[in-house]
Amino acid sequence: MARYIIGRLISLIFVILIISMITFGLMHSVPGGPFDEEKQPLPPAAKANILRKYGLDRPVWEQYLRYIWHALHFDFGIPFQSPTETIPRLISRTWVPTIQIGVLTILLSYSLGPLLGIVAALHQNSWIDYFASLLSALGLAVPNFIIALWMILLLAVQLDWLPTGGWGEPYHFIMPVIAYALGPLSGIARYTRSSMLEAMRGDYVRTARAKGLGERAVVLRHIFKNALIPIITVFGPQIPNLLTGSIFIEATFRIPGLGKFFITSTFERDYPMIMALVLMVAVLWGFTYLVSDILYTVVDPRIRFERPA
Amino acid sequence: MERAKAGRVAARREEARRVKRVAERMAEGVLAREHRTLWGDAMRRFARNRLALASLVVALGLICMALFADIISPSRYDQIDLAAVHQSPSLHHLLGTDLIGRDYLTRIVYGARTSMAVALLVQGIAFGVGIPLGAMAGLRAGRADFLIMRLVDVATALPGMLFAIFVMAVLGTGFSNVVLALSVTSWVLVCRLVRGQFLSIREKDFITAARCIGASGARIIFRHMLPNALAPLVVALALGIPGAMFGEAALSYLGMGINDPIPSWGKMVSASLGYVRIYPYLALFPTLMIAAAMLSFTFVGDGLRDALDPQMVIE
Repeated sequence: MARYIIGRLISLIFVILIISMITFGLMHSVPGGPFDEEKQPLPPAAKANILRKYGLDRPVWEQYLRYIWHALHFDFGIPFQSPTETIPRLISRTWVPTIQIGVLTILLSYSLGPLLGIVAALHQNSWIDYFASLLSALGLAVPNFIIALWMILLLAVQLDWLPTGGWGEPYHFIMPVIAYALGPLSGIARYTRSSMLEAMRGDYVRTARAKGLGERAVVLRHIFKNALIPIITVFGPQIPNLLTGSIFIEATFRIPGLGKFFITSTFERDYPMIMALVLMVAVLWGFTYLVSDILYTVVDPRIRFERPA
Repeated sequence: MERAKAGRVAARREEARRVKRVAERMAEGVLAREHRTLWGDAMRRFARNRLALASLVVALGLICMALFADIISPSRYDQIDLAAVHQSPSLHHLLGTDLIGRDYLTRIVYGARTSMAVALLVQGIAFGVGIPLGAMAGLRAGRADFLIMRLVDVATALPGMLFAIFVMAVLGTGFSNVVLALSVTSWVLVCRLVRGQFLSIREKDFITAARCIGASGARIIFRHMLPNALAPLVVALALGIPGAMFGEAALSYLGMGINDPIPSWGKMVSASLGYVRIYPYLALFPTLMIAAAMLSFTFVGDGLRDALDPQMVIE
């Protein structure tokens, strides 16, 4: 087990390093930098000064090594678009709206999703089952910004109950959270349903019924508990992912969150910021997968690890 | 006694006649077991799936729309008429006109072409890169496998959409860059799939048998291994198409995709966003098209998966 984890950690570090190299290389491979003439005309001496200050006058490999060295000391540089702040401060500031939406989305989809799945499985082929199937198909196949636009057309334009977007008031949460939650909710509902149907066929369920257990106890203690394993292992790892938010939702509803910020950073060629954001998400994903793989063995002791290749 | 013997003789004659009849019919091929193939079975199962069948009709309709865009559409997609800007749907312009007076129906029809073209090119690259790499990894264990799998690790860990946006920002917007940005991570799934299939197939007895009768390496790969790995690849292709369509719509929606004047549904949605209160139809039509395309292609893919994998339990 320890061997497995160490092996995975080493390959994770390797992967992150490669990603940082690709990102860094791509950023510096194209003409045009953050201090280009058309953006702010400067005398040559002043420009050279700025380039020296940020180390942009050095060869790319040296810039890269410097960056990694500083990053290892938790110094990710200074964002060009807001030079009075540090990158972690800027990220933590813009992450707040994203996390608020993310938490509400998780609460909504991780409570309603299983519920819908259970009801659909218990009443297989009833109208509520078909409704659940329809909803999950919609939520899984249709992009969330399309759902968001339909909600705007219905709730903001047709009924005029809500503004089309914006941030700051509690009612600004309603549409983004619903549009964002529909995807994971559908996935969970669909998965719960098939997982429940699978568990309902188990011998232990027949045994539970045969020994005269009430329907409630059978469903909750025997079916649902066993159906829960795949749900936890599949949708648990999605939580960090949901907390990094959706660029599309934020762009649609004009929410000043992490995703919208990433877009402006790429347009402004804010190198330290792009680098930090891409690496942050890659590290977050990497650790999430690692932790979820380890958690598999805890939840389901039947799974064993082989030595990594 | 006599009667019993006569009965036995009659029964024997009857039996002989029946055997002869069966033999004749077998010779005619009437009683031979019906010849069934994986693909024939899959088609029969697919045809029973009404949702998949209906989706196939919609998807084929969209493909026709993309193919015959120049014939269907009432005007040219880049024809600007400043005297007729943002008109509501009417008999003259069935879906109205956009903010600079281009016929909206024409833009919608050509949008199908953009969407399909991106999806097919991205999937083409994904298969062109993924199949050889996956086959190499699956056939030659050891160093080649190790290197390819590390490449797969990196491409898997890349935050897909985030990285595509980043690539677009670096390379600039435009059709070919959209295809490139979406292809960066799209080959991984195909590569993994082929590798896994090859790893399991190459241990099968029929491969050993083929090797024993002296089949060449290429013959084993193309005649014996690839056809057996085909079913999951078809499903991957069918489900990859809506994935790439989403990628194009999403990038264009963020203003990082297709350039004007080429129409793209995603771009039309984002252009309509600022005017959604005044001209809601501008937002409605392209969103409906994106949803229809995504749903129909996804259902066709799901239908194919269910049809091709008889062991899988369908919910």
